[in-house]
Amino acid sequence: MIDVIMPQMGESIAEGTVTKWHKKVGDRVERDEPLFEISTDKVDTEIPSPASGILSEIRVGEGQTVPINTVVAVIGEKVAEARTEAPRQAPPSRPPAPPPPPPPPAATSERGPRSSPLVRKMAREHEIDLLRVSGSGQGGRVTKQDVVKHLESRRAPASAPAAQMPRAAAAAAPAAPAVAATLPGRVEIAPMSAMRKSIAEHMILSRRTSAHVTTVFEADVSRIVQARESLKRTFEKEEGVKLTYTPFFIRAVTSALKSFPALNASIEGDKILYRKDYNIGVAVALEGGLIVPVVHHADEKSFLGLARAVSDLGERARGKKLKPEEVQGGTFTLTNPGPYGSLFGTPIINQPQVAILGVGGIHKRPVVVNDAIAVRSMVYLALSFDHRLVDGALADQFMADVKRRLEGWDEKIL
Amino acid sequence: MTEVTYLEAIRQAMWEEMERDPRVILLGEDVGLYGGAFKVTAGFLEKFGKDRVIDTPISEEGYTGVAIGAAFNGLRPIVEFQFIDFIANAFNMITNFAAKSRYRWGAGVPIVMRGPSGGGVRAGPFHSQNPEMHFVHTPGIKVVAPATVADARGLLKAAIRDEDPVLYLEHKKLYRHVKASSAELESREEIVPIGKAIVRRRGENIVVVTYSAMLYVALEAAEILAKEGIELEVIDLRSLVPLDKECILESVRRVNKVMILHEDTRTGGMAGEIAAIVADEAFDDLDGPIVRVTAPDTPVPYAAALEDAFIPRAEDVVRAARRLAAY
Repeated sequence: MIDVIMPQMGESIAEGTVTKWHKKVGDRVERDEPLFEISTDKVDTEIPSPASGILSEIRVGEGQTVPINTVVAVIGEKVAEARTEAPRQAPPSRPPAPPPPPPPPAATSERGPRSSPLVRKMAREHEIDLLRVSGSGQGGRVTKQDVVKHLESRRAPASAPAAQMPRAAAAAAPAAPAVAATLPGRVEIAPMSAMRKSIAEHMILSRRTSAHVTTVFEADVSRIVQARESLKRTFEKEEGVKLTYTPFFIRAVTSALKSFPALNASIEGDKILYRKDYNIGVAVALEGGLIVPVVHHADEKSFLGLARAVSDLGERARGKKLKPEEVQGGTFTLTNPGPYGSLFGTPIINQPQVAILGVGGIHKRPVVVNDAIAVRSMVYLALSFDHRLVDGALADQFMADVKRRLEGWDEKIL
Repeated sequence: MTEVTYLEAIRQAMWEEMERDPRVILLGEDVGLYGGAFKVTAGFLEKFGKDRVIDTPISEEGYTGVAIGAAFNGLRPIVEFQFIDFIANAFNMITNFAAKSRYRWGAGVPIVMRGPSGGGVRAGPFHSQNPEMHFVHTPGIKVVAPATVADARGLLKAAIRDEDPVLYLEHKKLYRHVKASSAELESREEIVPIGKAIVRRRGENIVVVTYSAMLYVALEAAEILAKEGIELEVIDLRSLVPLDKECILESVRRVNKVMILHEDTRTGGMAGEIAAIVADEAFDDLDGPIVRVTAPDTPVPYAAALEDAFIPRAEDVVRAARRLAAY
């Protein structure tokens, strides 16, 4: 028997929703044949079968959201005889095919969220609207702990002793969310999306993990601007690729990383892992969040290949069509705080990497060249690095190398 | 300080009860001259004589009938089945005579039927079974299944002193594996009342209701799960009939999730009965499905790998508990 699990769809993704099963219980499935489709806030994708056999059990029905690594199905020799748990289907009013976009919220139906007899009893006793309680159980189920926490947050302002559930109350006491519901004044309470939650967790994790230092350089990118201006039409016409500045920066950074391996590394316990792949993440803003698709083996790509990869990943990121491996395995990240006029930001490192480069907006500025004032296309480059591994001098040498490569750009791009 | 095994506790209980009460007699195959297949009754023949320690032919129905008749005539027989699997041969005597006697005539049948049950010792399909449910299902018989040394002694003494038929299931895997110091044993009550379960471990996430050798599987799983923050409460039933419903329901009402674990096969097992009681009487206190971890519905396999897969292991409990905890 092979367990089929909800895969991890990105380094900080905690859960996924099954949107469609391609097979029914009892169907034969071949290894690598599409078995089901899932959706996370970052990626929608088909998941291939991990093995050949008979789909003997489906444990997570369409529309259900479960944590990663949850067993969603079992592939075996035959149909499971004693199924301990019937697969739960999405509400029958929705046709199973074609896949309903977006998937119905798993936790709620017309009758309220999934819960349990105990939770419904507690809700009656304490006059709780279960729709206002966020569920942490399987498929968003509201559990006893969720109700206990909810009661705690309700009681907190009156500082009444939680007489009814002393033990659970003690456990829930330090939880931060209790504060939100008690802010004075008019407040609208909205649940965090899965993407928002994972970004929040990842950012705090990174702040806690790395000793962040940011260094800012200024680079003259007039040659790059010129190269792009003169070729972007041809590029689009002949190759069908929209040429942005990103591949130029990836190229310069990748070359510089080869000279400074400590910037393309990770820390694991007391070991330094020098990454021998150059997988450059590129932050893409989405509505309500962001995602970092990864250009794998950026050092092995031609300039055209880089440009194509960047444009393709960006497009599919916005369409939520990335595959899981396309948001994993990054060794260094580029982010672009420029578009709305910011000069530079101080980015937070994308764990477990040790550095991230923020590229500000490219603007024409008067600068001194050979004792004369000239108009050049300038950019601020802000590198946040992990001072546990990278010292200031090394970071600045790396940045000087990046700057030199950008300013002296001479690669033929077409 | 000497150590007392589960087996020795059974021997001591019978010895002391036979010393205390001359009406207590012992019957079974090889219990006398040979001292019992597991040496539980070694020395009994010499001590108590052949009128009270009786070697019988291989005829379970015959000697069980003899014991019932002796009980009608004022004795308190202990019947030993060499392996409890062969109690099937005495099914008619037990279910139609011993079990119904008090109901029909007001005449109690104070016999104890005891024998080695359970698997895990590579003994194959005829010497590893757990036949409790045939008798749990028959009104009129008490059924006990001790897991510890103190309970092995205390429940056997209670069974011998009981006025009605008691099926006493001793798990052969525990015979020499479970030990207690004699000092610890002396500190315990001599009699363990039939019909009282006991909470062996307190926990707030999932109640595991179990009995006999599976107690140790539950406790092992509880140690593993505690490291993950899942705290099991473990109930050792000790008696299957009468069942200590209140103990189970009290824990379920506090902990709200329940798993039943037994070595017996699944369909018609104790777990189904307990699940039904919980659903009937504590539905509003459930925060998740009632989960069963049991052997599958097959004979007990002889092949080592198959027997290992057949008998529930700590990892089976851990897996089921993780799912139930996350529910």
